[in-house]
Amino acid sequence: MSETELTSALVILFAAIFTNNIVLTNFLGLCSFLSVSREIKSSVGLGAAVAFVTTFTAAINWLIYHHLLVPLDLVYLRFVIFIVIIAGFVQFAEIAIERFAPALYHALGIFLPLITVNCAVLGISLFMVIREYGLLETVAYGLGGGLGFLVGIVLLAALRWRIRRSRVPAALQGAGIAVILSGIMALAFVGFSGMLTIN
Amino acid sequence: MNGARDIFRNGILRQNSIYRQVLGICSTLAVTNLLANTLVMCVALVFVVSMSSLTVSLLRRVTPQRIRMMVQVMIISTYVIVVDLLLKAYLPDISEQLGPYVGLIITNCIIMGRAEAFAAKNKPWPAFLDGLAMGLGYTMVLMLIALVREPLGFGTIFGLAVLPESWTRWAVMAMAPGAFFMLGIVIWVMNLIDPPAKEQQS
Repeated sequence: MSETELTSALVILFAAIFTNNIVLTNFLGLCSFLSVSREIKSSVGLGAAVAFVTTFTAAINWLIYHHLLVPLDLVYLRFVIFIVIIAGFVQFAEIAIERFAPALYHALGIFLPLITVNCAVLGISLFMVIREYGLLETVAYGLGGGLGFLVGIVLLAALRWRIRRSRVPAALQGAGIAVILSGIMALAFVGFSGMLTIN
Repeated sequence: MNGARDIFRNGILRQNSIYRQVLGICSTLAVTNLLANTLVMCVALVFVVSMSSLTVSLLRRVTPQRIRMMVQVMIISTYVIVVDLLLKAYLPDISEQLGPYVGLIITNCIIMGRAEAFAAKNKPWPAFLDGLAMGLGYTMVLMLIALVREPLGFGTIFGLAVLPESWTRWAVMAMAPGAFFMLGIVIWVMNLIDPPAKEQQS
């Protein structure tokens, strides 16, 4: 493992959290981002579960892509393979966590099965292919992307908690105001860009 | 069984996936800064959602209940692969620009949602129409958002300059925040024009 590889992995990790936040600049995982952000506690649970899953599925998918699909010339099957790996991993993680860490299982609860259809997870696997990351970079990107989702959803939940007593126009309540708040957050995150760049 | 007219009214207006159910918005925001990309994305989505609804419905009697989600995901991915290969072959530039978002049609909640909520319980023809209607509802909103974002962000419509050079481009419209603001505005306006049923507000 060369030093440049480590540096680039670190850059990717931080860039994925701040300058290229998976939710606020790549619009991934928005469905659960908006629907689960009503409470801070549940958003922390979901965010942690997503970060856990993205880190591992990105690495597994990288290994399968580069050691199985590319040699066999089956690259076009990646969508099916990735989604099956993700669904399988989520199932496996659910069973393993229930068995070995019941407390964590209860904390994550209903959020684990939901992750299969979270587009952030598949999105991270697809981005790591397009950007041609190495394994270490992929792990960094998976972790960073997941943490970026965690940061985003917790901040949004906190903002929604703050505005619950504000007088929001009736037609804008619920999803509407959450989308506008996300826009303001995205604007703030644009301010980070220029700090770091990933291609 | 619903008539075709009801299915369309439902899919395009009443239960519009974007502004009413707030589903499938990842791609909504990511591709709408250029009209051409948006149009391709919409055609791809309409194809995938209507064909997978049709297939899910055709297979609904032989799909075991326990693994139906997996079966649905496989059906959807198959159609997405078809779309991806077609785009790569005939529209390589746009395929490049859309990047991962074509593949992400698989996790677009609209498609899974319709497969679960409608196609798995209905006959093939209504299921196909329902998919088509949902897809068209999605297309309507996306084109609307793109029609604002592209001129304001780039000064063009479908790549043709429509605003004079002296027009100051709103960079924010081409970037992420503009997408969020436009979606928020669409939700706001549509809720004003056509208020949702009471139980959804509580």
